[in-house]
Amino acid sequence: MGSYREACESGKFVISGEIGPPKGTKVDTMLHHIDLLNPLVDGLNVTDNQSAVLRLGSMAVSHEIVTRGGDAIYQMTCRDRNRLALQNDLLSAHFLGLRNVLALTGDHVSVGDHKDAREVYDFESVQLIQCIKKMNEGFDWAGNELEGSTDFYIGAVVTPESDPIEPQKLKYEKKIAAGAQFFQTQAVYDMDNFQRFMEYSRGVTEGKDVKVMAGLVVLTSVGMAKYMNKFVPGVFVPDSLLEEMASVPKEEALKKGMEICARHIRFCIDNKVCDGVHVMAIGKEEIVPEILQLAGLA
Amino acid sequence: MIISKQKPFEEILESLKNDDTVYIVGCGECATMTQSGGEQEVADMKARLEEAGKKVVATDVAHSACHELDMKRILRQNKEAASEAGAFLVLSCGAGVQSVREGTGKHVLPGANSLFVGNVKRQMVFDEKCSLCGECIIDEYGAICPVTRCAKGILNGPCGGTNNGKCEVDSEKDCAWVLIYNQMKTEEKLDKFMTIHGPKHWNAVARPGHMDGRADEAEKGAS
Repeated sequence: MGSYREACESGKFVISGEIGPPKGTKVDTMLHHIDLLNPLVDGLNVTDNQSAVLRLGSMAVSHEIVTRGGDAIYQMTCRDRNRLALQNDLLSAHFLGLRNVLALTGDHVSVGDHKDAREVYDFESVQLIQCIKKMNEGFDWAGNELEGSTDFYIGAVVTPESDPIEPQKLKYEKKIAAGAQFFQTQAVYDMDNFQRFMEYSRGVTEGKDVKVMAGLVVLTSVGMAKYMNKFVPGVFVPDSLLEEMASVPKEEALKKGMEICARHIRFCIDNKVCDGVHVMAIGKEEIVPEILQLAGLA
Repeated sequence: MIISKQKPFEEILESLKNDDTVYIVGCGECATMTQSGGEQEVADMKARLEEAGKKVVATDVAHSACHELDMKRILRQNKEAASEAGAFLVLSCGAGVQSVREGTGKHVLPGANSLFVGNVKRQMVFDEKCSLCGECIIDEYGAICPVTRCAKGILNGPCGGTNNGKCEVDSEKDCAWVLIYNQMKTEEKLDKFMTIHGPKHWNAVARPGHMDGRADEAEKGAS
């Protein structure tokens, strides 16, 4: 199995999935999902205390993915660690064979399950990207020479549905300037809007080797879609999809959501909208193979 | 100013459970403005404590409770009451409480929680706009502080949580980055928005902070 970076740099349409580590020590389901998805995708993201909720660590699970023959995209947030700890973890991750890092600022502790924790944010995403780039060049953040540089493929996120979008676009450009080499977007559902975003993106990434993967979160019910519209900033499910989800009986909603996801994957491929997709099934990873099949990819 | 809020009375009473005699100190500056320890609140506290069976031996509203020399002077002037008091209840920010600490060896307790350095929006409405980071960088941000006003203190642009111009952490609050963007756009300085800012020098002030202006002056004079 080749690396995620090789897949991105080869120019093929890249597919990644996502693993949310469990809250605790029962890893059977997660390991099953890893083994199920490893052969089907170019890489698997591993979330880092997602939504500021305590979970099994991203580095350990990323390492497990690599050990099991896949490639991992190690997600790293700036919420829980200062610059010393972030760099320490980057060196540890490199030692463990991890080569792709997704640099995130991270959800605020107030949305998580340890609301009284002190959030760190010594760095934020742009600075973490800069820092990884510097470590790739052989230096730590303070400018000291490393005994052996890192070799990370540097990833970041962007929110094409951000409201307002203009400051988000400038931040996207800053992430590129700081050294981000690939992007996975926040969940997109409005393909017309996403296409417009990608037209803009092509303008700012021209001449740079930057890959953009559409973030696709599988809709599981009309309720979930409405919930995201109401409560998840930067995510917008258009009315047409809400109607489509509502058009089938409840027990067929998941299937409908999978169809929509597969259709969006196909749309991105057929219209050469972006460089790949990042499919998130949020705990229902066993449906991903079927989605890829529906999209004609497996 | 320092925004403070009086603690629940039950909590104050619990802290005073081993003290029968209380000396109440308020503050004529911030705690007066925030109504946590001005003349009125000190009088109200006296009445409530007496109702709860405590003996209030004295009350004082210092000009500024954080002024240690002034506080020592007040306590010296009221030596008798101060010696009779079992405890000193201070209705001010934590700085004021610790001024009283410098003036007595007895039980000193805070009667308010210190919340933030606040701007007065209107009477009794306060907003935090500065967090005393030790190195002001807001010229880079249209004079809107991202360290303080962005919930994550991000220095390089909005996170993905901007929601209709509001913050995902609190939908009542403006996203600082939308404010900064709009301001920089108004000033036609959006090119500046593209500057990549490194992380803050979080130790610009060695904590706990200390400044000796007289030593600084002496140094200037010597050079």
